Amino acid sequence: MSHQHKDDGLFDDPRVVTWILRVFYGICAALVLVDFIVHRHIYTAVEKIPAFYALYGFVACVLLVFAAKGLRTLLMRKEDYYDAQAGQNQKTQEDDR
Amino acid sequence: MWIANLPPFVVFFVFALFAPVLKGRLRALLLLAPVWGGLNLAMTAADSGGVTWQFTDLILDLYYVDRLSLLFGYLFHIAAFIALIYSLHVKDSVQQVSGLLYAGSALGAVFAGDMLTVFIFWELLAVTSAFLIWARRTPEAIRAANRYVVIQVLSGVLMLTGVVMLYQQTGTLRLAYIGLEGTAAWLIFIALGIKCAFPFFHTWLTDAYPLATPTGTLYLSAFTTKVAIYLLARTFPGEPLLIYIGAAMTCFPIFYAVIENDLRKVLAYSLINQLGFMVCGIGVGTALALNGAVAHAFNDVIFKGLLFMTMGAVLTRVGHVNGSDLGGLYKTMPRTTVFCLVGAASISAFPLFSGFVSKSMVMAALLEQDQLIVWLMLLFASAGVFHHAGIKIPFFAFFAHDSGLRPKEAPLNMQLAMAIGAILCIAIGVHPEWLYGLLPWQNDYSPYDMTHTLTQLQLLFFSALAFVWLNKQGLYPPELRSVNIDVEWFYRRLLPASGNRVVNTLVNARSAFRQNVRIIADQFARRSTPMPTGTVTILTRRMAWVFIALMLLVIGSLLL
Repeated sequence: MSHQHKDDGLFDDPRVVTWILRVFYGICAALVLVDFIVHRHIYTAVEKIPAFYALYGFVACVLLVFAAKGLRTLLMRKEDYYDAQAGQNQKTQEDDR
Repeated sequence: MWIANLPPFVVFFVFALFAPVLKGRLRALLLLAPVWGGLNLAMTAADSGGVTWQFTDLILDLYYVDRLSLLFGYLFHIAAFIALIYSLHVKDSVQQVSGLLYAGSALGAVFAGDMLTVFIFWELLAVTSAFLIWARRTPEAIRAANRYVVIQVLSGVLMLTGVVMLYQQTGTLRLAYIGLEGTAAWLIFIALGIKCAFPFFHTWLTDAYPLATPTGTLYLSAFTTKVAIYLLARTFPGEPLLIYIGAAMTCFPIFYAVIENDLRKVLAYSLINQLGFMVCGIGVGTALALNGAVAHAFNDVIFKGLLFMTMGAVLTRVGHVNGSDLGGLYKTMPRTTVFCLVGAASISAFPLFSGFVSKSMVMAALLEQDQLIVWLMLLFASAGVFHHAGIKIPFFAFFAHDSGLRPKEAPLNMQLAMAIGAILCIAIGVHPEWLYGLLPWQNDYSPYDMTHTLTQLQLLFFSALAFVWLNKQGLYPPELRSVNIDVEWFYRRLLPASGNRVVNTLVNARSAFRQNVRIIADQFARRSTPMPTGTVTILTRRMAWVFIALMLLVIGSLLL
């Protein structure tokens, strides 16, 4: 740690981040493996798909992010979008006076 | 020591009277309101109730106790206790007073035994809470509070109309199951829907909550929407429409939450998402589902409050909560970071945290009813809420890239409030039976079985994996300073714009009219007929005009 700036936190060290990610990938893999070992209760047909919840979670989040990114083109405006309007109103009111 | 038959709101209103004179350390005395009030409720609830107030012919039932109102009663005492600790350092007595009045109004509403009392507290909720937004005192907060009040009062007017109509039809004001039939029921349903943030009625929430003071948002997140949930559970349980409304409420806000930059607005959207789970549960209407809905309301107040508290702490120390300009705060705000992570784990329903033990009840109830599509929507929303509230909030605020900001750790009282919230989140997660014991309906649900724990972990870890993957590929949308248009566009953009046009047209018409009048008046003046003057003459003339108008009205009504 001596070569680092003293202001640096724990997560500025790339080795720490790499290790955290490795552990995280390990847990993910383990959770899928357990799915094949343990018998889990099936309530509906879709749950019969192996590792259904893992697949669903991953696909759902990727789709969510892509859809939200797409929505940005439709919905995103400048930060002062409403204020600009308000400012304009104020201006017209002042003009009226 | 204890006073039976004392409606809980009275305690808060009395303390609100004293709040302005308590300065400095004495402000801690305000904590007696939720502490003594809560204990008094716990000790005397069994033999309380039926307190009425005769008001001309009407008899208002101010204190009606059953297990459902009691659960929300305890919850609101806890929420007020946390919020008061959180705001101990606040010198602005407007916030202390309105916070206490607001919490008291919420208690008044949940212990109300008839619809008219509900309405009175419903309006008090609107007015008292608005001061928490006005208290921010920035121009945009003041404007947002004005919009907020208009919408909230509108909800009250709809409710009053519905209540009066219902009274005419049934002859009773008692607060009980209504069922969605007839205009009166629909009016009440929409009034509740507005405060419950149904889709298209939700923008008052996402507009005003992020603009209130740190304390204000904490109070706001706890009471208004939960009172609406309580009333929905009382008046419209098992209404199938609510299942679909709830499902929509869980899904649409998460898209907004992903692209929103203001982190308190992200939380406001995720508040709607959590309300969706409760509304869904109320719609299913079985004992398991209703228990799930109210249990989730209980947990949501605490974990959403905790998340709002952490963001409020950041706002207090940094001055803004824009994801684009934050990052790396864990270095100087480590405790707030930990509290935020606990809140994030709870809202994401990680096993051993509070969200897990209540959200799962709603999900299980949906499967029992074979609502597969809705169940899949809620599962999608569960993954999504982890994505934005569970990962995005802590990641962009406290980790991500180093923003260079080195704010101080939150004030001590804020840390204490957050610690209490965090401990409750974990305690309920580990010992769900403590919460389950309070639930109003018969309950034999157990959340911790192998299947449920495993599947939930799979869902959450792979949602996190998606976040990691998208981030590594550079596909994750960056936080951008922006405004995302929502339904509020209609009244913040379209309505003012078209209104402006109408006003301009009218102004032009008025000046044209005045000019014509002046021309005609000039012509009259040239004829130099003496105009009637003197107060009496003018008065007589005015009375004559009023008389003519009245006669016209009478004739008109006779003809019609």
